[in-house]
Amino acid sequence: MSARDQHGLAAPHGEFQIIGKPQRKIDGAAKATGSALYTDDLTLPGMLHAKTLRSPHPHARIVSIDTSAAQALPGVHGVITGKDLPTPYGVIPWTPDETALAVDKVRFIGDEVAAVAAVDEDTALRALELIQVEYEVLHSYQDPKEALERDEPTIHQNKRGDNVSKRVKLDFGEVDQAFETSPVVIKGDYSFHGSTHAAIEPHCALAQVDGDGLLTLWSATQITHYVHRALSSVLDLAPHRIRVIQPAIGGAFGGKSDPFSLEFCVAKLAQITGRPVKMLWTREEVFYAHRGRHPMEMQYSLAANEDGKIQGVDARILIDGGSYSSFGLVTTYYSGQLLTGPYDFPTYRFDSTRVFTNKPPCGPKRGHGSVQPRFAFEVQLDELAEKLSIDPIELRRRNSLGPQTKTVNGQRITSCGFDECLLQVEEASDWKNKRQSLGSGKGVGVAGSMYITGTNYPIYPNEMPQAGIQIKVDRSGVVTVFSGANDIGQGSSSMVAYVVAEELGLTLDMLRVVAADTDLCPVDLGAYSSRVTFMVGNAAIDASRKLRKLVVGSLAKHWDVEERRVRLVKGEALDLEDPERHMTMAEAFQIAEVEHDTLGATGSYNTPTLGGDYRGGSIGASPAYSFSAHVVEVEVDEETGRIDVQEVWCAHDCGKALNPILVSGQIEGSVYMGIAEALYEHHQTNRFGLHSGPSLLDYPLATTLDTPEIKSLIVESNDPEGPYGAKEAGEGPLHSAIPALSNAIFDAVGIRLRHLPFTPDVVLRALREKRANDNQAPSPGSDA
Amino acid sequence: MLRLPSFQLEEPKSLYAALVLLAEAKGEAMVIAGGTDLLPNLKHGLFAPKLLVSLARIEGFVGIEEEPDGALLVGPMTPLARVAESELVQAKAPALAQAASLVAGPQLRTQGTLGGNVMLDTRCQWYNQTHFWRQSLGYCLKKDGTACHVVQGGKKCVAAASNDTAPALMTLGATLRFERLNEKRELPIKSLWSPDGIWNKRCDKDELLTAIRIPAQDPGHRGAYGKLRTRESIDFPLLGLAARLTLDHEGRVQDAEISGVALAARPSPVRGVADVLRGTLPGTAEFDEAVEAAAQLAYKQLRPLDNVPGSAWYRREMVPVLARRTLQAAAKGEGPVHPL
Repeated sequence: MSARDQHGLAAPHGEFQIIGKPQRKIDGAAKATGSALYTDDLTLPGMLHAKTLRSPHPHARIVSIDTSAAQALPGVHGVITGKDLPTPYGVIPWTPDETALAVDKVRFIGDEVAAVAAVDEDTALRALELIQVEYEVLHSYQDPKEALERDEPTIHQNKRGDNVSKRVKLDFGEVDQAFETSPVVIKGDYSFHGSTHAAIEPHCALAQVDGDGLLTLWSATQITHYVHRALSSVLDLAPHRIRVIQPAIGGAFGGKSDPFSLEFCVAKLAQITGRPVKMLWTREEVFYAHRGRHPMEMQYSLAANEDGKIQGVDARILIDGGSYSSFGLVTTYYSGQLLTGPYDFPTYRFDSTRVFTNKPPCGPKRGHGSVQPRFAFEVQLDELAEKLSIDPIELRRRNSLGPQTKTVNGQRITSCGFDECLLQVEEASDWKNKRQSLGSGKGVGVAGSMYITGTNYPIYPNEMPQAGIQIKVDRSGVVTVFSGANDIGQGSSSMVAYVVAEELGLTLDMLRVVAADTDLCPVDLGAYSSRVTFMVGNAAIDASRKLRKLVVGSLAKHWDVEERRVRLVKGEALDLEDPERHMTMAEAFQIAEVEHDTLGATGSYNTPTLGGDYRGGSIGASPAYSFSAHVVEVEVDEETGRIDVQEVWCAHDCGKALNPILVSGQIEGSVYMGIAEALYEHHQTNRFGLHSGPSLLDYPLATTLDTPEIKSLIVESNDPEGPYGAKEAGEGPLHSAIPALSNAIFDAVGIRLRHLPFTPDVVLRALREKRANDNQAPSPGSDA
Repeated sequence: MLRLPSFQLEEPKSLYAALVLLAEAKGEAMVIAGGTDLLPNLKHGLFAPKLLVSLARIEGFVGIEEEPDGALLVGPMTPLARVAESELVQAKAPALAQAASLVAGPQLRTQGTLGGNVMLDTRCQWYNQTHFWRQSLGYCLKKDGTACHVVQGGKKCVAAASNDTAPALMTLGATLRFERLNEKRELPIKSLWSPDGIWNKRCDKDELLTAIRIPAQDPGHRGAYGKLRTRESIDFPLLGLAARLTLDHEGRVQDAEISGVALAARPSPVRGVADVLRGTLPGTAEFDEAVEAAAQLAYKQLRPLDNVPGSAWYRREMVPVLARRTLQAAAKGEGPVHPL
């Protein structure tokens, strides 16, 4: 970490003009009026349309593929199979186990086998029907336990000859001793089901190769830079002959953070045919692409003292990875590494194993790898509170780790507003009057969590900055900011505009942000791990301050005053001590341009050295952690098992809300997503290995009517290293919504739901089981 | 986006022209009303008609009229939203207004029609899928295959009747007018259904539903509809129940019935409901007990199969709950019972 990476909390001009105040998104009007261009809106002259042939078998060897009839169909311009793109890739460089099209075998129903480019989609679809593929069907794995126990056949080849994708086992402190000496031990099995992102925009990519062979790819991706690298490798084309652009995107949530088959296919087909090629996936294909939340089976043991103080945590987790690695190496680490706050664990052990199964591949969904363990652990904490008769909020307070501390696995905690989060949800929800007091079928539950704000693990090892910004100044007053960050709706381009406008004293209408274009913008690693506001925000401050120094210096000379008297504010430059002396920023830029020549600046950010000194110690090591607490209030219909979530209070420590509207939006979206996946969604395969319902009718996302009232409470702990103190807000506020829901159901009706999802049939069975047990063992003194 | 297959579209302006087109097509045509179900089904490759005959421009097919005897005559192209919002339907056939108000979501009710809902294709988790998906499965009994995946070894398709308005119209004693070129017949809706999920209607595929007639109800008529579904909007029923009570001048139950949908291939009435409820006075313990007995009759008789997504066990467990709540809602002049 260098000096460029820390900029302090203060506003550049004493008081913030833009930061911390509600602002519009810079692309809001374009999106609301339909003028924003998404990848599928782009059409090029002579453009062909491509479609993908997919495997109808969950696990099979490809014996032969005959594409001759498809090639011969009038209107077909190109047909490719795995042999045309044989180079394996994977977003994590250590696990390149995907190919754009299956080379020798297929690993789930929906796996890509061939692609056709034709004059239109209908012709391409007819051509797919003419491709003859002979398969040798293999035993398929739908159950991760079977995949763990059985080695033949293997889904991927590895040295061990098994179906294990990754195993991580880490010990911190004397765990066994803690369990032996602690007076209270709670053990339990928990499970988290699969869910997917279901972004409103399906994946889409368009490729063009110009007369000089330069390839341009427009793609709905949240990782332009990694797509750029993967294309170069798979196409065997120098990176400087490739340009990747992310147009406006209709949501991603982690579902667009791998390189995908369609990106390679359109590129290759454009090279072959010499014409632009576009592929738009259907909703069904998006469900097959998946990369959603990993199902996990989790055994947790918790040792504590009588006062509720945690002494040890011991976890064993089986992770169902689906058919490819994707981010799985990181997922496996995250499943253990991210649990060690906001509570103080004196000792901790986790043993996580990710196995391959013949299902759509899992990957990172909002709260990657840590939502599942957080669910198990926070429910278990509630069980501890119940056992010790301690208020669950008080129990969490007693274990709170606090700011400027270190976790048991060596993560550095800087700012921490977790106690304030607990206090805010406790007060806002009227917790003390509601807990155990709401009456029949009603209850409240609490949970807390912690999440990373990016990590210092840059996916491929390098020491270059993780984020970069470039600023160009025009004599008209227009300032164009080139940002590598992928705006996936979270507002990262807007955030960049707010920062630069604040630093240079501009109004937002003077800013242009050009983002996520590898020819034009400096590298940013992508929109994942909640890294963008922190890292790109710091890079934007870095670049802006260099530029401001030039402009302020020139003006000070021009007015012959000290630099401290020069203020840049709201599009004007002025002398603090002489109200008569002021000019527009356009004039100020011109004065600076005379002195310094053409104006511009670059800025960067890189993380400090972080993490524990052990293998994997840097995975999950973040420059700052966000904290959340949720209280959920429910009403359970004991006759039907239906859960009505009445209200959710979420307090989230985002360090500093650069735009409180966007932070609240992220909190609301996270709560919505968490509650919906707990109650309605289930990404699963049926007994044939087929996706159980790859459509938005059968995969039930919550509608407006199904969404609870959400109160977002912003807590600002002012992180010393964040841009003006900011940390993440996009993923953290999802985590504890789900365990808080389970805990609220316990408060309401006395059933402990340890296995997701909480569909009415599951709830009804649990209620009936409880009733049967209660009837068998009437409590002493009851007159029943 | 999934592609539609190619077909010819005709938009006749008169009923006669529509009947001529259907007769000439000799079974190669399909009728499209609102299209909210047909179009996704076409995209899924469930049908491949050469010709679609749209009913959208036929004069006189939209509207709700009260006949001199108090009966309601509803045009088959009347949007579900209009049926739901009609004060006439709400007053005279409350169960129908309630059922129509719970079909799908607001946009689909504006586009979808009452006739289309009556004639809705049956639904099944093994059938309402894309061609790729069904091909991977090896197809099913209802379309292109020989095996049933709901009842293993089953020889009869048990795809679920999923039309919310069907049980409501059954409890209202509605009759349907079907027409073919130079042919016209009236059929009580209760006689429409057959137990075959492939085509669950006792009418030919080239017969056109041209009117829905709801006879005048007794002054003591009470009706309600209850629906179980996953979400509070959009979803097809996991279970739907319509209830009718006819109260005499003292307010006691004179007659009663319940019909259910989203069970098996056809909507089913529950037998014996009138017998247990007759003579009881709503609001009394005696009535509540009779309602409970009626709910138990429904529980015994209505057995949802594993055809639509979700737990069939749960759907069955909800039969008595929905029956009780819907009967009570009818008695109080309330409803719909939703969410359950």
